[in-house]
Amino acid sequence: MVEPAGKNRSVEGRVWIALVAALALLAVIPGAIGNRFYAHVLVLILLYASMAQSWNILGGYCGQVSFGHSVFFGIGAYGAGMAMVKYGTVPWPGVIIGAILAAAVSAVISWPCFKLRGHYFAIATFAIVEIFGRLFLVWDWIGGALGLDYPIMDDSWKYFLWSSDKTGYYAGALVLFVLVFGVVRRMERTRLGYYMRAVREGQETAESLGVNSSLVKLMAMALSAFFAALCGAFFAQYNYRVDPPMVVSLDMSMKFVLITILGGMGTFWGPLLGAAVLIPLQEYTRTYLASLGPGVDQMIYGLLIIFMMMRQPRGIMGFIGEFSGKAGKTAKKGGDDNAAS
Amino acid sequence: MTDFAQVLADGLMNGAIYGLVAAGLSLIWGVMDVINFAHGEFLMAAMYVCYWVGVLIGLDPLISWVLTGAFLFLLSAVSYKVVVRRCIGKSAMAPLLATFGLSIFLKNFCLNMFTPNFRLLSGTFLEGMVFNFFGMAIPAPQLAASLFSLVMLYVLYYFVKRTRTGWAIQATAMDKEAAELMGIDTERIFTLVFGLGGACVGIAGGFMASYLAVFPEVGTLFSLIAFVVVALGGFGSIPGALCAAILIGLVESFAGFYIAPVIKYVAVFALYIVVILIRPKGLFGW
Repeated sequence: MVEPAGKNRSVEGRVWIALVAALALLAVIPGAIGNRFYAHVLVLILLYASMAQSWNILGGYCGQVSFGHSVFFGIGAYGAGMAMVKYGTVPWPGVIIGAILAAAVSAVISWPCFKLRGHYFAIATFAIVEIFGRLFLVWDWIGGALGLDYPIMDDSWKYFLWSSDKTGYYAGALVLFVLVFGVVRRMERTRLGYYMRAVREGQETAESLGVNSSLVKLMAMALSAFFAALCGAFFAQYNYRVDPPMVVSLDMSMKFVLITILGGMGTFWGPLLGAAVLIPLQEYTRTYLASLGPGVDQMIYGLLIIFMMMRQPRGIMGFIGEFSGKAGKTAKKGGDDNAAS
Repeated sequence: MTDFAQVLADGLMNGAIYGLVAAGLSLIWGVMDVINFAHGEFLMAAMYVCYWVGVLIGLDPLISWVLTGAFLFLLSAVSYKVVVRRCIGKSAMAPLLATFGLSIFLKNFCLNMFTPNFRLLSGTFLEGMVFNFFGMAIPAPQLAASLFSLVMLYVLYYFVKRTRTGWAIQATAMDKEAAELMGIDTERIFTLVFGLGGACVGIAGGFMASYLAVFPEVGTLFSLIAFVVVALGGFGSIPGALCAAILIGLVESFAGFYIAPVIKYVAVFALYIVVILIRPKGLFGW
């Protein structure tokens, strides 16, 4: 993976600002996202891009491929859900508590899991998802298998609930998106960001240069879990309910991983590209292929994953690299590890 | 006391079957360092084959396991040739995610073709037969499946340890380049290993269809258990997989009976987390 050079980064910065401005304009111009289906797809793209970016902090930048992020997602979702349903208040304190709790839980989980490498780490995170998923199912205090159903409420920012129109959710998703992506963008340039990439490229080497790899991984994990929980809270608010299989499941964990990998792991734009391709595909195939019977959309999704892994495991960013690599082959002076793969 | 014996017997029987399911995964992992995420869906496919062969032709699971084993050998070898082979070496997670894609595809293909309904094969030879030992009730289909699993595990172990092809498999697992220099066609070995892994799960699935209902999601839990068994046993080790599988089977049945049924898989996965805290590469890993 190539470091963006100074000039590239300033170009990237302008693209980033233009993108945020354009997305913000959509929310401000009345009727721009009047169609509920488009609004729904846009909200999901922003939400899943944020989820994938939160995973990308640990999986992409720090190189620890975790399949356990649905646990943090679920904790965040339940934080908002509990505040709304059990305590009958606004969701915000629940959101904050959920996110902090998720970070704390992630730190505890890290302790056994970060001793493991490769497939052992992956399987341990699967096991963690199963443990949490099943405990959530039998924990009556948080609603057990039935989950938490939101009461019917008026549309308001105070409760972050809208039923008639999706503009509020869109604005909320945009705030979440800007927050997560903005922090990651800053993080790329901080000491921690460089340490994380150093650990990814070679843990022993990083340690020999004085990087405390356990601490770096722990911080990446906690940050990643915090943002995943925020996304979870949004998800619960958006769906008006939360139950265990909906949030804490292997399929949900896989969404975090697949969107990022489809877009390009360890890159800033990858999660957004992945979500922008996968979510419309998923929503449109679900709508238009419904006549072919259940499961066809998922079959296409499966085939897409297979194809992507066979053709270009570095995702859409990898494809872009291929093209720009071909175009600017003479201008570029080596250093690109594209050739190796 | 009879409760205890009954729970013990259930745990042992389940453990033996988990052993055969996990052995296939373990073999693939050990030789190729690939996690086959579609393993559970292979099990599901085997159970569907057994079910439909039973319904349409009236073949009993006691015979049709040969068919399911052969079918899964082919399915698995073809998935290796078509998908996995092209993913190996690109990135560490590519084969895992590609097989995950395959698992989604297979699961939803069966959902589309056969509906999500539960289907149980009825009228099999062993159906309803129960042996009573000292107050324990041992259902014949489970007993047959578990004993047969042990036999198959022994055959697999013998094949890997005692035959020339088995030696070639071991050599490939130890050092692929060196094995190639010795004239071993590692590509064929990989195909064979993937096929054998599928055949194990195919045979297990064939027997399981005689007492478990088939539905598109049936493999998910089994594949998770198989992952844990393999990681617990230490990858590539067939005896390790068997020991870990029996341990998992016992924990599952004891936790389910003495604590609460809903807790049994929590106990299984928690046990795994505890063990890897002490031995990060599993009980028999190195």
